[in-house]
Amino acid sequence: MRERRSNVLTLGMVALLIYFLLPLFWLFVASTKTVGDLFSSFGLWFASDFSLLSNIRETVTNGGWVFSRWMGNTVFYSVVSAGGAAFLCALGGYGFAKYRFRGNGAMFGLVLGAIMVPTTALAIPTYLLFSKASLVNTPWAIILPSLVSPFGLYLMRIYAQDAVPDGIIEAARIDGAGEFRIFFQVALRMLAPGIVTVLLFTLVATWNNYFLPLIMLNNPDLYPITLGLAQWSSQASAGGGTTGAVLSLVITGSCLSVIPLIAAFLLLQRYWQSGLSTGSVKG
Amino acid sequence: MSINTTDRLAARAPSRSEVRRRGRGVSHARTGYLFVAPFMLVFLGLLVLPLVYAAYLSLFQERLIGGTVFSGLGNYTRALTDPRLLAGMGRVGLFFLIQVPIMLAIALLAALAIDSGLLRMAKAFRLGIFLPYAVPSVVATLMWGYLYGQDFGPFAQLAGKLSLPAPKFLSSDWMLGSIANIVTWEFTGYNMIILYAALRAVPHDLYEAAAVDGAGAIRTAWSIKIPALRPALLVCLIFSVIGSFQLFNEPQLMQRLAPSVIDSAYTPNLYAYTLAFTGQEVNYAAAVSFFLGTVIVVASYAVLFVTSRRSRS
Repeated sequence: MRERRSNVLTLGMVALLIYFLLPLFWLFVASTKTVGDLFSSFGLWFASDFSLLSNIRETVTNGGWVFSRWMGNTVFYSVVSAGGAAFLCALGGYGFAKYRFRGNGAMFGLVLGAIMVPTTALAIPTYLLFSKASLVNTPWAIILPSLVSPFGLYLMRIYAQDAVPDGIIEAARIDGAGEFRIFFQVALRMLAPGIVTVLLFTLVATWNNYFLPLIMLNNPDLYPITLGLAQWSSQASAGGGTTGAVLSLVITGSCLSVIPLIAAFLLLQRYWQSGLSTGSVKG
Repeated sequence: MSINTTDRLAARAPSRSEVRRRGRGVSHARTGYLFVAPFMLVFLGLLVLPLVYAAYLSLFQERLIGGTVFSGLGNYTRALTDPRLLAGMGRVGLFFLIQVPIMLAIALLAALAIDSGLLRMAKAFRLGIFLPYAVPSVVATLMWGYLYGQDFGPFAQLAGKLSLPAPKFLSSDWMLGSIANIVTWEFTGYNMIILYAALRAVPHDLYEAAAVDGAGAIRTAWSIKIPALRPALLVCLIFSVIGSFQLFNEPQLMQRLAPSVIDSAYTPNLYAYTLAFTGQEVNYAAAVSFFLGTVIVVASYAVLFVTSRRSRS
């Protein structure tokens, strides 16, 4: 029974896989081409001239290393935001799951209700508040709004409920450990898969964020990679004679910008898959 | 605080063990607050406050004479009769009705196929289909924009080789479908993973019982797996409501490729952005944002309500 395999099903799934991977293959192929070949050779196969390395060099060093700067900004914004958000969610989720205090249910309910509040509806009022506090055009404008993750808190609360047994907390208390010491030395390790899940998904959300930086930043030195690529692409479609060179930058830059996240997902798959199952089964 | 507690307890002259128990209970409750306080502070400052501020701003209007004046629900009556906003709302509503069922159907079929045990290389399929989720929507849109394009897009190239007319992905008739394709490409894998994770949690003795009763893979999927997936499907559906109604990145970037097709009010979010940053109509933009948020929350609860009623009957 277990040995049975369906060829028809496999074939159907191969078709689906091609749909999802072919565009990425195209992007890779396109980033190995010179601008001339981009227009003259067939899109889904390599041209005779393999210029991936020179394209990368051109992209990374163009305009005083501005691409590298954007990449660095993106890494900085997303690591700080994701680390902060995951920490806040772990602390809060554990608190909501393991302590009884007045207002526990009401506060958690408030956060739960906010899962459905669309982040982009918040962006414009947040911009107006931040411009009063002179936070616009600073890294804080990107990091602070990304620290709030109601869904992350929900996920961590559910996860903490089962992952940290009450008996262990009680035993640690009898041994005389303080509440925060219990959290950091005992509970945190048990919460790790949940934390990695929240970390990874906040990382993706910040890494991929476009609307917020578009509103908040107008200094190109602070741009994350999404905003930088969008700016290059508008130069490429607006400019006349020089379009070609910028076009190549956009394509190679796009290709480079997706590598880190794909690598992170592949390396950490054990964690995020187990963490996700908690959220969806009980959700 | 500890002095206070001890005083209060000493007044009643309680037993030693009672002191310890009560003292500990109080400190536990306080620690609970300390644990949730950082999250709640950030939550109040960066989610609730902007929301309240948007609601407040939306009650004012800028006038040429007299500056900014209180106008009650004036912005909302304007919004409800604004043909550009209503057209955008209709467009994202249509997008939701067409794109989301297609995306969730593909995600569901893929999750069931991967879970069925009938596939070779199931893991490769799972990761491959999920991969686009790790691609920023900006990159996905730029990439599909080039793929759709007439200059060096492979579709146009293939059509040229077969001497057929190139498909006009960026024309006004096709645009919404072209955007729907990008969104489907980006998010099918994410939904598939949520559904797949939920499937893994279905107790396997149920499958064995079904097999004993002579149920095949399709019958098992239909009668056991899909009903078990209801909560996970609901999560996907709610996220899709939110995603569809706040559509922004894709149309904003496609606008450059087809400025005559996508106007500044193509989606409500694009409209709010234009109002705030090009039109300088901050108060009306806040009203549009708040209105959009309300529509999304109401639509999400409507989805919850409809599905929970159906499961009860």
